[in-house]
Amino acid sequence: MSELLRVENLTKSYGRQRGCTDVSFELWPGEVLAIVGESGSGKTTLLNCCAGRLAPTGGSVVYETRHKGLIDIHGMSEPERRFLMRTDWAFVHQNPRDGLRMNVSAGANVGERLMAVGARNYGNIRNAALDWLSRTEVDPDRIDDLPTTFSGGMQQRLQIARNLVSGPRLVFMDEPTGGLDVSVQARLLDMLRDLVDRLGLSAVVVTHDLAVARMLSTRLMVMQQGRVVETGLTDRVLDDPQHAYTQLLVSSVLQP
Amino acid sequence: MYVAVKGGEKAIDNAHRLLAEDRRGNPDVPELTIDQIREQLKLSIDRVMTEGSLYDRDLAALAIKQARGDLIEAIFLIRAYRTTLPRFGYSQPVETSDMVLDRRISATFKDLPGGQVLGPTFDYTHRLLDFMLAAEGKEIDAPETVETDTDETPRVLEILARNGLMEPPDGIETDGRSEAEKADVGDLTRDPLSFPTNRDLRLQNLARGDEGFLLAMGYSTQRGYGRNHPFAGEIRFGTVSVEFVPEELGFPIEIGEIEMTECDMVNAFAGSAEAAPQFTRGYGLTFGHCERKAMSMALVDRALRSKELGEPADAPAQDEEFVLSHSDNIQATGFVEHLKLPHYVDFQSELAMVRRMRAEFFGEDDDASTAEAAE
Amino acid sequence: MRDETITGETVPVPESGYNFAYLDEGAKRMIRRAILKAVAVPGYQVPFASREMPMPYGWGTGGIQVTASILKPEDTLKVIDQGSDDTTNAVSIRRFFAKTAGVATTEKTEEANIIQTRHRIPEKPLSEDQIIVLQVPIPEPLRWLEPREVETRRMHALSDYGVMHVKLYEDISRHGRITTNYDYPVMVNGRHIMAPSPTPKFDNPKMGNMPALQLFGAGREKRIYAIPPHTEVKSLDFEDHPFSIQAWDEPCALCGAEEVFMDEVILDDQGGSMFVCSDSDFCQRRRDAGHKGPAVEGDDT
Repeated sequence: MSELLRVENLTKSYGRQRGCTDVSFELWPGEVLAIVGESGSGKTTLLNCCAGRLAPTGGSVVYETRHKGLIDIHGMSEPERRFLMRTDWAFVHQNPRDGLRMNVSAGANVGERLMAVGARNYGNIRNAALDWLSRTEVDPDRIDDLPTTFSGGMQQRLQIARNLVSGPRLVFMDEPTGGLDVSVQARLLDMLRDLVDRLGLSAVVVTHDLAVARMLSTRLMVMQQGRVVETGLTDRVLDDPQHAYTQLLVSSVLQP
Repeated sequence: MYVAVKGGEKAIDNAHRLLAEDRRGNPDVPELTIDQIREQLKLSIDRVMTEGSLYDRDLAALAIKQARGDLIEAIFLIRAYRTTLPRFGYSQPVETSDMVLDRRISATFKDLPGGQVLGPTFDYTHRLLDFMLAAEGKEIDAPETVETDTDETPRVLEILARNGLMEPPDGIETDGRSEAEKADVGDLTRDPLSFPTNRDLRLQNLARGDEGFLLAMGYSTQRGYGRNHPFAGEIRFGTVSVEFVPEELGFPIEIGEIEMTECDMVNAFAGSAEAAPQFTRGYGLTFGHCERKAMSMALVDRALRSKELGEPADAPAQDEEFVLSHSDNIQATGFVEHLKLPHYVDFQSELAMVRRMRAEFFGEDDDASTAEAAE
Repeated sequence: MRDETITGETVPVPESGYNFAYLDEGAKRMIRRAILKAVAVPGYQVPFASREMPMPYGWGTGGIQVTASILKPEDTLKVIDQGSDDTTNAVSIRRFFAKTAGVATTEKTEEANIIQTRHRIPEKPLSEDQIIVLQVPIPEPLRWLEPREVETRRMHALSDYGVMHVKLYEDISRHGRITTNYDYPVMVNGRHIMAPSPTPKFDNPKMGNMPALQLFGAGREKRIYAIPPHTEVKSLDFEDHPFSIQAWDEPCALCGAEEVFMDEVILDDQGGSMFVCSDSDFCQRRRDAGHKGPAVEGDDT
């Protein structure tokens, strides 16, 4: 078995400012990697570069495609990359409005990826949408409602349904529980963990919340000022942090 | 018995006769002459020349007369005429620093080399109707005339630029284009505008853009929709010479003089990753004396540079596709007014659909006057 | 046309002051290059340097420029608007070409080798010897879903068309059917999604495998596109909600034609109306040949 994603010496700078510097890691099938750090640590920049949404200044992101083996995603043609992004990959934004079409119904939101790759049977598309709404705990009766009428938690679950309907192998998540109430967060996290387990998804999750990292991820990467300062199994890093910055993060947030 | 609608030709002919009659108005009142319009409705002439993008006072006067005073219609006439004219080439860039000034003001410096010249302006008039004008034949006090020396009236922005406080005239180098690419000025009357654009084409579009539209867009930036902290660095109006290089000669010759209004807005700029804090400029230029237009244009030009300068760009005036696609009043008036054309066919399609959906709504199945058949 | 000089002195109408068919030869060449490109890439919108015409934008300036560029002195031109030769704008455009190009004009579909039209395709099938020029207000089929040119161009380039079916999906989920009735989007040659211009969807099937060349001109939006003869044109739909066209229960009240596109004519203020052919030439020719609809049956005057 080979790794699903291999990131080597990835660097992204904006003029004189550094987004992230010299980051390397591998992601294996079925693995969930959490990237933690405070805001401005470069974790979202890193995520966007890995997900092909931002061109890096240096380094490479190699993905194990289903048919062509390992390919550098930034060397792909735009159509290939777009196809990958709407089939094999998923991207869950912190703000569901960034990941949804707010002016079309929930059903159309979920069905879009299927239609984009050629699904042309209305009944089948609708059934898939109903199925995914219930799997993400959105009331199927709301299938024809606009996302604008949904609560924040429901919008986020809808965004997840819209992403997972195409059966992706790799999911990128940017603070997936970021804007939600604590009780809503817990329910969403439970659901996410369950889906990831059951579908055997691989994921890269950016969060500033160590509790989210603990709950979802198998491995953890700690970033500070654009660099990775510590990496390891999630439980190991959180229970026995080695780097001073990780120790600070853990002591300031986690109350065991 | 039904008779199919006929008679389009006759109707059109008669509409044209009615139009001619209406244009003339009461024949007991003397007809306006082109000379009168040219001399006494100068600002209308200037607007028609600017937005019609053709500098010809007599033709503008004729267009205004023919359009019965509707300036957008007059601009349309000028544009349609302009498009048929052969192109001999492009003039040299006009040198507005050498302008023979009728007016020159700066809101940024109290005094400056060459001084402030108010010139002909409504600015400090009291807007009271002057009933003496209605009585005709009012005598005019002859104004004093002053000769300005262009050597002594440098442009305000050049003064700022000498201290490095002002960006270079063609902008801060952030768009990654080479000098040669920047020197290659496009022509949007010869090549279709495609987005994203560069500043040369944006300025051309704004120069032809509707004064009212640009005024509203510029105004919106002042009210917080894309605020850019403008100061009227300098507004100048006067006469510049136009030079042209005939291929046979290989050197520039003067082919005439035109009146122009130029506005340099000075805008604060906090600096970006690549550029130091400095002042930036918004630029406006028109034929004749179109001060409101030149100022609005400068505000909008600066607003449209926000992306290039790394500023947030979420206000309408900063949205290049929105502004440039809707600024042209000839395009806008045509498309708005085309709603007058028959749309029977499209409407019939909608009518059939609404009837059918209403029938379904009220539970009648087959009662609609039309049904859909499989292809 | 100016028929006055600046001093008000009347001079003969100076048609001769303009080039054949109004546009200068340079502009025509530019437009013909755009047309060639459009024919080479069916359904692709080719940007062109649309000229300012002496008619308003939105009134057919794109079609007029296309027609002006392909017109030859020996051509015969037919101009229709909403299917009719006699609506004011059709009259105005026909006169423009009669005046500036001196070409023969006709109302008979088969006599014309160039047909400029707004919102209809004639009922009589066109032949390989004919070119139909359609006037287009909004050439971008993705415009209602994505207003930005930069983005729609990218979507076309990448065949990223999922959003088109999102729109159709929404129609069906809201109304039980696809509610687009005109300007119904089509896939041309299996590659580009194209706006057929605001023709009723009734005319969409005529576009597929048509023997005549179809040219589309959008003056204000500065785009030209084309469907070459015998090209596949497919109206977007779902397998379980197939594309369908309008049909009327009653025949044309004047000529008795069926399976044509009808205009509804209001007869009184009590809601009385009748349906007649939208294609005025088609209807007249049928009546000339002795066909009668319900409104004229037994009426031998």
